[in-house]
Amino acid sequence: MSSVNTSVRWERMILYVILFLGVMLPLIFHIGWKTDVSPHVQMVHDLVENTPAGSTVLISFDYEPSTMPELKPMALSLVDHAWQRGHKVIAVALWPMGVQMANDVFQELTALPVTDIAADQSSGETKTSVASDSTKVALSGVENAPDSTIARHTDKKYGIDYVNLGFKPGGMVTIKAMGRSIHETFPADAFGTPVGSLPIMDDIVRLRDLGYVMSLSAGDPGLKQWIMVAHDNFKVLVSGGTTAVSAPGFLPYINNRDQLRGVMGGLKGAAEYEKLRGVFGPASIKMDSQSIAHVIILIFIAIGNIKAYRRRKAQRRKSEKA
Amino acid sequence: MAEIMTIIGIWIGVFLTFSIFSFLYRDNPFYRFAEQVFVGLSAAYGFIYIIYNVLVPNLFTPVLSDFNQNWLLIIPGVLGVLMLVRIYPPAEWISRYPLAVVIGTSAGISLLFYLKSDFMNQIAATMINPFETPNVSAISGGLLIIIGTICGVYFFYFSKRQEGVFAIPSRIGIWFLMVSFGASFGYTVMARISLLIGRIEFLLTDWLHIIK
Repeated sequence: MSSVNTSVRWERMILYVILFLGVMLPLIFHIGWKTDVSPHVQMVHDLVENTPAGSTVLISFDYEPSTMPELKPMALSLVDHAWQRGHKVIAVALWPMGVQMANDVFQELTALPVTDIAADQSSGETKTSVASDSTKVALSGVENAPDSTIARHTDKKYGIDYVNLGFKPGGMVTIKAMGRSIHETFPADAFGTPVGSLPIMDDIVRLRDLGYVMSLSAGDPGLKQWIMVAHDNFKVLVSGGTTAVSAPGFLPYINNRDQLRGVMGGLKGAAEYEKLRGVFGPASIKMDSQSIAHVIILIFIAIGNIKAYRRRKAQRRKSEKA
Repeated sequence: MAEIMTIIGIWIGVFLTFSIFSFLYRDNPFYRFAEQVFVGLSAAYGFIYIIYNVLVPNLFTPVLSDFNQNWLLIIPGVLGVLMLVRIYPPAEWISRYPLAVVIGTSAGISLLFYLKSDFMNQIAATMINPFETPNVSAISGGLLIIIGTICGVYFFYFSKRQEGVFAIPSRIGIWFLMVSFGASFGYTVMARISLLIGRIEFLLTDWLHIIK
């Protein structure tokens, strides 16, 4: 019995090592496998693309560091796309750590440290970083990755082009309150600046004033609550991205009632969005590892099933002989 | 100084990452240490965060700065304090009142929203004409939605023994459920691999500097 256990343990070790190498090597040596775009991700892209320039939109950062590998690439692409289309971005968080996640994304896209954003707010000024608008920076430095760039929007000003309103507990109740008045729900932004003094909030009173709502959701509260309240009660267009685990649960909401206008599921969804934008970003780079890992898992599932089948067959023969 | 702190932070991250990975071999003190650190830090972070980002801006500051306008906030504040009396067994019963308020309001609010979004709208979304468009893929998709929904719901109908003809939709329902479980499993594998990619990327980028 113990020899069987030892054998199983070694088999597992071999599987772990192969999986580890299968994930690690494509990160170092890029393969460049293509990703097909699904209709659900196309819908998200079209929503951003077709929203008129000058619209104010809301992105809810409903995740924490544990799900960053899946959701941060989506956040980068969405904010980048929204800014490119001339949208103003309001960030909120239904998860406490979402505030930092939003800051992280704005910081990466504007090349402006969060400390500077906060300092600008306290001094009542807005500031842009010193780099030129055309600066393009590789977000991940895989040496032979093809043109891995997302534009940095160094011209974007805090309080005018984007704002981080911070975290509010309550989930559905908070969203419902935002449907009545965003100013009353978030009297101050994440840095303590009164929301009324921010130019981006001048024309925004309630959820209905927004072009669309995107939720980057790792669970509850998240995208589901935005669908239930923002869309089903206030008729605001809702879309977003989720972790791969929860993605299948959102597919029924993409229906003729337009409860959900497309969804990005996990790293694959983020990579598809990058492909639609013609960007080779952080998600696309990781998709090689993802694909290799899936092939390895499929092979091992097949081996495991063959092994189980042969063992069962041998046991049956043994029992027939007996 | 900041750079040294960053380097120390990265090394701590690397140590904790390998400590957690060590569970793949077997349970060991390194894994337990990392697990306990994670639980303790999460609880402490959450506690402090709630005080400074929920209680202070939403309760203490409004009440202390303008009591006349915000005196109503005292009521949820007191209910919150009453929750804490659970730690004193003789007065534990008092905590049931704030708990009742929380459960009652949550259930009431959720019921309305879920009824509208998950029940009414989902049923309405299934009432489609599959032959609306001449597209073969759209027609087959619409038919699958209708058949899948009816058979899936029928599978959970337990008031009549499902045998003979009555067992057929139930069996079809099982097939639809199995396909959805398979899709969920596939997505779950993708999610877990994504997290592994995130950790390995951290090791290769921040620690080993193999990729920039």
